[in-house]
This record gives sequence, structure tokens and C-alpha cells, in this order.
Amino acid sequence: MDTFEPKITAFVCNWCTYAGADLTGTSRIKYQSNVRVLRLPCTGRIDFMLLAKAFAQGADGVIVSGCHPNDCHYTSGNYHARRRWMVYRGLMDFLGIDVRRVTFSWVSAAEGARWAELVDEVTSRVRELGPYTEYQELALTGVE
Amino acid sequence: MAKIGVFTCHCGENIGGTVDCAQVAERSRALPGVVHSVDYKYMCSDPGQTLIKDAIRDQGLTGVVVAACSPRMHEPTFRSAVAEAGLNPYLCEMANLREHCSWVHPKGEATTDKAADLVRVMVEKVRHNTPLQPIRVPVTKRALVLGGGIAGIQAALDIANTGHKVVLVERSPSIGGHMSQLSETFPTLDCSQCILTPRMVEAARHPNITLMTYAELEKLEGFIGNFKATIRRKARQLDEKLCTGCGLCTTKCPQKNIKDEFNEGLGTRPAIYVPFPQAVPNKPVIDKANCTFYKTGKCKVCEKLCPTKAIRFDQEDELVTLDIGAIVLATGFKVMRTDQFPEFGYGEYADVLDGLQFERLASASGPTLGAIRRPSDGQEPETVVFVACSGSRDRAKGVPYCSKVCCMYTAKHAMLYKHKVHHGKAYVFYMDIRSGGKDYDEFVRRAIEEDDVKYIRGRVSRIYREDGKLVVKGADTLQGGAPVEIRADLVVLATAVQSQDGAEALAQKLHVSYDPYKFFAEAHPKLKPVETNTAGIFLAGACQAPRDIPETVAQASGAAAKVAALFSRDELTREPVVAVVNRLPAPEYSWCVGCFLCQSACPYQAIGAEEIRGRDGVLQKTVAQVNPGLCQGCGTCVATCRTKAIDIQGFSNEQVFAELMTL
Amino acid sequence: MRIGYYPGCSLLGSSREFGESVEAVAEALGLELDQVPDWNCCGASSAHVLDHHLALALPARILAQAEAAGLTEILAPCAACYNRLASAREALGGDPALAAEIAGISGAPFNGGVRVLNILEFLTRFQTEIQARVTAPFRHKVACYYGCLLVRPPKVVQFDRPENPASMDRLAQAAGAEPLAWNFKTECCGAAFSVTRTDLVARLSGLIVADAVRSGAEAILVACPMCHSNLDMRRPESNAGMGTDHQIPVLFITQALGLAMGIDPVRLGLQRHMVPAVLAGV
Repeated sequence: MDTFEPKITAFVCNWCTYAGADLTGTSRIKYQSNVRVLRLPCTGRIDFMLLAKAFAQGADGVIVSGCHPNDCHYTSGNYHARRRWMVYRGLMDFLGIDVRRVTFSWVSAAEGARWAELVDEVTSRVRELGPYTEYQELALTGVE
Repeated sequence: MAKIGVFTCHCGENIGGTVDCAQVAERSRALPGVVHSVDYKYMCSDPGQTLIKDAIRDQGLTGVVVAACSPRMHEPTFRSAVAEAGLNPYLCEMANLREHCSWVHPKGEATTDKAADLVRVMVEKVRHNTPLQPIRVPVTKRALVLGGGIAGIQAALDIANTGHKVVLVERSPSIGGHMSQLSETFPTLDCSQCILTPRMVEAARHPNITLMTYAELEKLEGFIGNFKATIRRKARQLDEKLCTGCGLCTTKCPQKNIKDEFNEGLGTRPAIYVPFPQAVPNKPVIDKANCTFYKTGKCKVCEKLCPTKAIRFDQEDELVTLDIGAIVLATGFKVMRTDQFPEFGYGEYADVLDGLQFERLASASGPTLGAIRRPSDGQEPETVVFVACSGSRDRAKGVPYCSKVCCMYTAKHAMLYKHKVHHGKAYVFYMDIRSGGKDYDEFVRRAIEEDDVKYIRGRVSRIYREDGKLVVKGADTLQGGAPVEIRADLVVLATAVQSQDGAEALAQKLHVSYDPYKFFAEAHPKLKPVETNTAGIFLAGACQAPRDIPETVAQASGAAAKVAALFSRDELTREPVVAVVNRLPAPEYSWCVGCFLCQSACPYQAIGAEEIRGRDGVLQKTVAQVNPGLCQGCGTCVATCRTKAIDIQGFSNEQVFAELMTL
Repeated sequence: MRIGYYPGCSLLGSSREFGESVEAVAEALGLELDQVPDWNCCGASSAHVLDHHLALALPARILAQAEAAGLTEILAPCAACYNRLASAREALGGDPALAAEIAGISGAPFNGGVRVLNILEFLTRFQTEIQARVTAPFRHKVACYYGCLLVRPPKVVQFDRPENPASMDRLAQAAGAEPLAWNFKTECCGAAFSVTRTDLVARLSGLIVADAVRSGAEAILVACPMCHSNLDMRRPESNAGMGTDHQIPVLFITQALGLAMGIDPVRLGLQRHMVPAVLAGV
């Protein structure tokens, strides 16, 4: 158990968080390497089924990150994402998915340090929560 | 059959120092679909790019993954290289092994593992990439400039001088804007009209510019390169072809005492009028609200006297529809007015004026022919108090921002006053002095040192009238907050610069975003100051934010350059990362059910409707249709679609799920 | 119709006539004034310059008492009491942690269920009824003096316009008076410096009186005990300090309205003024 390394999948928007993560790199700020970033044009593109798929694939934690409200490159994509998240969070909870394993945040293209902070915080939190085996079991319930 | 090539870059020590690139290349070779995998020191260099191009040609690669730095860095580089080798550039993707991996993790197995994972993700994506063609949209090479102030005039002239046609639309009877009302301009004290009128005339005469004054935009349809603008040319009640501009009608009109807009209410004009002597075009307009004939049915003196019989009382507004390729918004600003300053008596006391009104007093073509006189009794004021920051930087008045130009024009006003009334006393109450432009601070120092203008750092709390004088109560914070009371003859308030009347309605017509103060929003505050988020619509001047004349002119030229770039080709090429609604053969035609949720989610109004008809012409289904010219590729519609009928090329569901599934 | 009522210390003491006239006008309008049970001092000027918690706890207790008694609105005619109550309500409403802390001190939790009205806001509500009951129009030129607490700070008071208020002018007009436009509507009278720096009050209040006289007013109307005190009780000092002999009377708005509605001047406490309320028809 003490060698458990969580698998973190991150869905980020191209214009803010991806660029912010680039800045983290340019600034050589170090963070834990468990995260795998998937680039999308905008958080508005994120269909929340992607999160479910991520867990189905064995992710222990998921990060969704985009531009700050008001700053979306496409004007309103992040608002749509935020609203979807509000609804999806309730649904996840209802289904029994551990909501603590998903982090929804805003990281701008100038916030290199914040990205590193976010990844470290989420990785540590998920490491403490342990491997997410319950999701695999979830998929089976209801099929008696 | 996918034949993917993986090219792992060392980037010198940047990646190679922490990631075992040879290992990554080795592991990538084993991935499904990969037929070629190498690593190299510097992929972006000429020899590096040649490696890629040769592999494409020799091995017939159907896809390329360059595992190197961030795609935000070199995606265009590698996509061009790949295109040169004959492969569709959209079949090339990059895995970010530098900014997202080697630079942020220590050397070790975990880091190399992550690098390999990142490459695997992009290989899976590329396996599902389809070749995409850039989208071509035709361009109408005619620009529409809305607003005939200095910004609009400059933009129109610049675009016209590149050889393209421009239509310049101005809602008042003459072009010139606020600059034509100014007496002199800082920091040179150039006579404003002297430097402006040549441009006004040039704009009127330019063979490529069509001037439409006393006209407004009624409706706008279409998209970049292909707009359809409907302009309402309001009826001047005049046949412009016959009118010679002799002005006889304006001298004989019986209605003489209408408060004059050009003189900011300090002067009067008749009902048939030319706004100012240097107006372009120099043709009058009838103010129907105040004309005796329109009110009572009697008069028509102007019609009787006109030597060329140019007056037309029955003229109606005319709607004109034009094909337009690009639009420049140059609608300017207004200054904060009357009901905002009860503590200063503005609007109540005739001798409390705003900055524009003072300009008219100082102006040689103004109501007093340039003499500084109190509006109340026509006397020359011995003591004038100028109050800076009236309304600006004041949350209580709803204007938290700085209006930028007032420190400079207040210094200018004080100097103009002292130049005309040598023995007069001028006081300026200020909070800060913002004079950052070229020669600006020197200008303010000149007011203080040469023209003996007394600057008091403090605010004015109250102005009231006592025995014919205006008592100004303020404080001097550089003297410990000591109260200051000045008995002035005239007070000039530097009122806040605000967005133009009707700006919000216009922005909504154009689908341009605006801020809480109704100033139009630029696409990016730092790097895209002349573009809006609506493709094809550009910004110039104070309609975007308070600004002075040099900046306005610069920005107008910038907008013109953007328009010229747009017009430099017959077709507009855009990145094909756009949404597409799926189409299937009959009888399904599409997974789209026509709910149009995507349409309301789209920030760019890029989604319209398409009627699908069978061979017999009968309507089968109305589905959504994306306009590739407008779509910016955000993907919000994709996530909104319930039936997954709409998808983004380049970030399709297939591609993204493939990336995800491989993790 | 009933409304909660908080007279505060001054309406029972130094500005007794304000209290008397408020009650008389309320009675004439058929309104019942329900005093807040077991009310305490609002803290006035002293509390908020000494201790932030005390300044909030005192009015918080009053509001809690009102709420517990089932009152939804309370009328606080004294402008200072009104301002303390409204400010406390606003401060506690926006900060639940603070509200809990203050409830601990005052011993009485307040849940935001009571609104506070100042006398002008209250009378404006009944302007039509007042106008309908006018039998002896107050035909005088008046200068309405608002002082500082009735319309400021705008965020707390949210009534009338802070720089050029008009509510008292409209009420005066409803009573048949001619309110004048004059310069010192909201200028400072010296307030609580009445005791410690009487010389300042003499000058500041003197300027107000002088401007009212200059504008042609026959009376100054006020809606605050402090305003009245400085403009009326300190008249000898202001006349002495300015070298003048102004005898213009200062009336509470409720007294002017009461006179217009035919109420007996003694019932309205007019005899309690320092500067005799000598006016034609009074």
C-alpha cells in the first residue's frame, strides 16, 4: 500500500490551463509526475462521460481545469463546463462515485505555480484516499 | 492501415537530461500502428525536419507524432514540414515531453514512464485523425466603418489607401466627432479643427470612400468576409445633389433658439442647420422635432428661398443594403452629464460647466468666439476652478475607472484660460496627475511653472452659489488636509468619459461583447487590442476605452491594417478545427434531432439550421448546421449535444476517447 | 395599523417635542406606535468611537428585542438612533460570523427580520393621507435641513438622494409650505461637538442659519434632534459668534405637518423651543 502511486487524468483547456502548465515547465517548477494531461480546445468541450470513462480506465483521480470565469478564450465555454459540473457532481454522488476524487478548477495561462500546486495537492489527496477499486465494482452492481 | 512514425526529440539536454529518449522511442516502436520510431537531438532543426520528411516519403507514413516540446511552441513548424512532404498537416500531432514532463519531474523511471504514456496517448489520437482541409471563405473587399470621428476617418483613409472600398457611416449630420469640438489639442496646443478638417475633406473626396452621414446601421447579417449591412440613411429633407451649401436657408429660419448640440448647449441654432461651419458635408439638415412646418403645418420659408430648390419636405428615410467584408467600430464616447453631480450644482448653476462645454467657450468658432465668458452674465471670469476626476475613479458614481484624458485636458484648459485672461486666477483640484504620454508631463509642468496655474491636491466636496459667486469647498491634502474655500466665477468639471449612447444596442446588433460600462471588448487585452471576439469586426478609438487622439489614430491604423490583411486575399483561410454536424444516408439523414441546444450554447452564433429535403423536395428534417467561417472550434456544442450528432474535427469524440482509453 | 417604535433617549429628554409631535401625527393618521419592549440606548455617538463591538451590540439587542416581539418594522425618529440601528443591521446581515459574535455579547440573537425606517421614509409612505388631512396649510417659505444621518451612507440608508435630498421638501409641500432651494441642505452643523467645541458648532450652525435666512426662508425644518439642538439651542452662541441676530425658528417636520393638520401647538411641543416659534398663523 505504501508503494501505491495514484493514476491522475487531467482534462485541460488549450488556452489557459495547458498554457499554464507549459509555464510551469518553462519555470522549471517541479511537481509529482502521476498526472497525464489530455488537451482539449475548451473545458466546454468536456462531456462529463469522459470523466466516467477515465475512472473506468483505472484513474484514481481526475482533474478538470480551464480558464477563469470571464476569461474563456471562447467567451462562455467555461461557464457551460461549470454548470455541467454542478449537475454532474450531484449525479456522481447519487451513483456512489467518490466525489473527492474529482477536482474542478481554474488555472490561467499565467499561473504556472498554481498548476504545480494543484497537481501536488490532488495527487497527495488521492494517494491518501487510496486506489479507486470501488469504481470497477460499481460497474457491476445492477447486473444480477 | 495506420502507418505512424514517432519522432522523439532530446531537445539537447532539455528532454534528454531527464527522460530516457531512446527508451521512449523503443517502447513507441511496439505500439499498434507504429512502423517507424527514432530519437534525435533537435527535431525542429533542419536535419531533424528532414528526418521526418524522408520517413514520410520512404515509408508512406499515414500519421506522425513528434514527441518534443509543447505543441504551443512548434506545432506549426512540424505541420508545415509534414505538409511539405506531402502528408496532410492535420495528421501530425505533438506529445509534450518537455514543458509537461522533463522540465517538471526529476530524472528517473517514473519520468520516462510518463513520457512513454504521453507518446502513446498521441499515437492513439493520430490513429483516429482524419486529413482536414483548411476552410476557404470568399471575401467581399469592402469595409464598413461605423463612426465618423477621428478614429473612423483615420481607419477609412488607411483602408482606402490600400486600394479597397470603404463605406463610412456617421449618425450625426457631419463627420468630425468630438475632435471637431475641441479648441486646441494637447500636448502641442495645435488647433484641433485645423489638423482635423484636412482629413475630413480627404475622406469626403477620396475615390474609395463612400460617405454616409446622418445615417445609422439598421441591421447586420452574415459573417466575416460576407456581411450584409443595412444602413438607414435618415432623411435630411434635402436633395443633396442640388444643394450647394450656400447656407441661405439657415439664416432665414424663424426657429432660432434651439439649444445647439455642437456647442454642448451653450449656443443656439435654427431648425434647419449645418452643425458647424467646417462641416463635411456642408449641407444642412432639418430638425423635424423643432421645425415650425412639421409642428404646425406653416412656414416652409427655407423651401421658398432656396436658390436651387433643394429642400424636400416629403423625403423619407432610405434603407440601403451593402455587401461588406469587414467592419471597423469607431463610435467614440460621451462625457458624463448633469444629473450625476448634485453636489457641484452642475445643471443647476449656469456657470458650472463640463470639459466639452469649456472647449466650446475657448474655441474660436464657439458661441463666444473664443472669449472666456460666464454663461450666466457674459462677464469674464476672474477666478476659475477646474475640478479633475469628476465622476471618474468613483465607485459611488458607477465609474471606478480612470478616464485617462482629463489630467491632460484640465491642464490644457487652465493654460488656455490663462492665455486669454492674463490676470485671471486658475486653480486645479486633483487626486493624481496622469500624464504618461510623450511630452505630456512637460506640458503639465508648463501649466504650473509658466502659466501659474495653482494645483491643489484634494477633492471638492461642495459647490454652491452665494452672491453671484460659486463657493468651492475642497481640501488640500498636501497641507495636512486643510480645508480650502475658493470663491470662483466659473467652475469646469472634468467629467468622466463614458461609452457612447446606443453602444449597447449596437454591440448586440453586431454580436460584439462589451464590458459592464458598455465599452466594446477587445479579443485579448494585451495582444489583440483592435480585434473583437467576432471575426471580421475590429475596434478603433474610444468606443473601446477612454483614450487620447494619438492612441486613437494609432489604433485606427492598426484596425485598418487588420482589414487590409483580411482583404489581401480573395479567399479567407481558416484552421479547420471546427464543428460538423453528422450526415447519414436516408432515411436517418443525421443523428441530429433539431433540438438546437448547440445553437444556444455557441458563443459565436455559428450554428444555423439546415433543411434536409428528399429527392422529391419534401422537407424531411431540419437539423443544425455549422458555419465553418464563424465556428472557432471550442467544442461546447459537442458536449451539449444529446445525440452526439455534432463533433469537432481535430478533437473528435473518437480521438479524445481513444486518447483516454489508452491510459 | 401598528408599527414598531423606538423613541430612544433624546425623544424622551432633550427633544421631547419631537417625540410629542411624532405621536400626535401618528395618532392623527390612525397609526399605533408599538414601543420595542425593554429597549436600551442605541450607543449614539459615544459607542462607535470607543468600541466596535459595543457599537454593534447595543443596537443589535434592540433589533433582537423587536424581532422577538414580532415586529417587522421599527420607526426610529431620531436620526442618530436610526443610523445606528440601520448600520448595525447592515453589518450583521452581511457577516454571519460577526452576527454570532455580537449575539454572544448582547445575549440576544438577531436574524435580520426587522427593517428600520427613518422619520422621512415613514412619513413619505403616508404623504397622501397627510395631504388629505391638511386643514390649515403651513403657508410659509421653509428651508429643509437634512443634516448628515438621514440620507448617508447611501449603502446603509438606501433612501432619497445623498447629495441633494428631496423627501422632506416634498412632505413640506404636502403640508402647504413652499420649500426653497438653498445651499446648506446637508452641510455639517457640528454635531456632538456641541458640548466639547461649542465654538465650532457656533460657526458651522451659524453658517447654516445664515444661508437659510439669505434664501428667504421663514422657518428651518429638521428631522433630527441633534440638528434641532444645534440650530435652535445654540442660537445665542451662533449669533454671538457671527455677530448676527437671526431669530428664524427651527421646527421639526412633524411639528409643521401637525400644525397643517390642525393639531394644537402645545400638543406639538412648540413651546419647548429656545428660539420662539413665531410664525404667522401659529
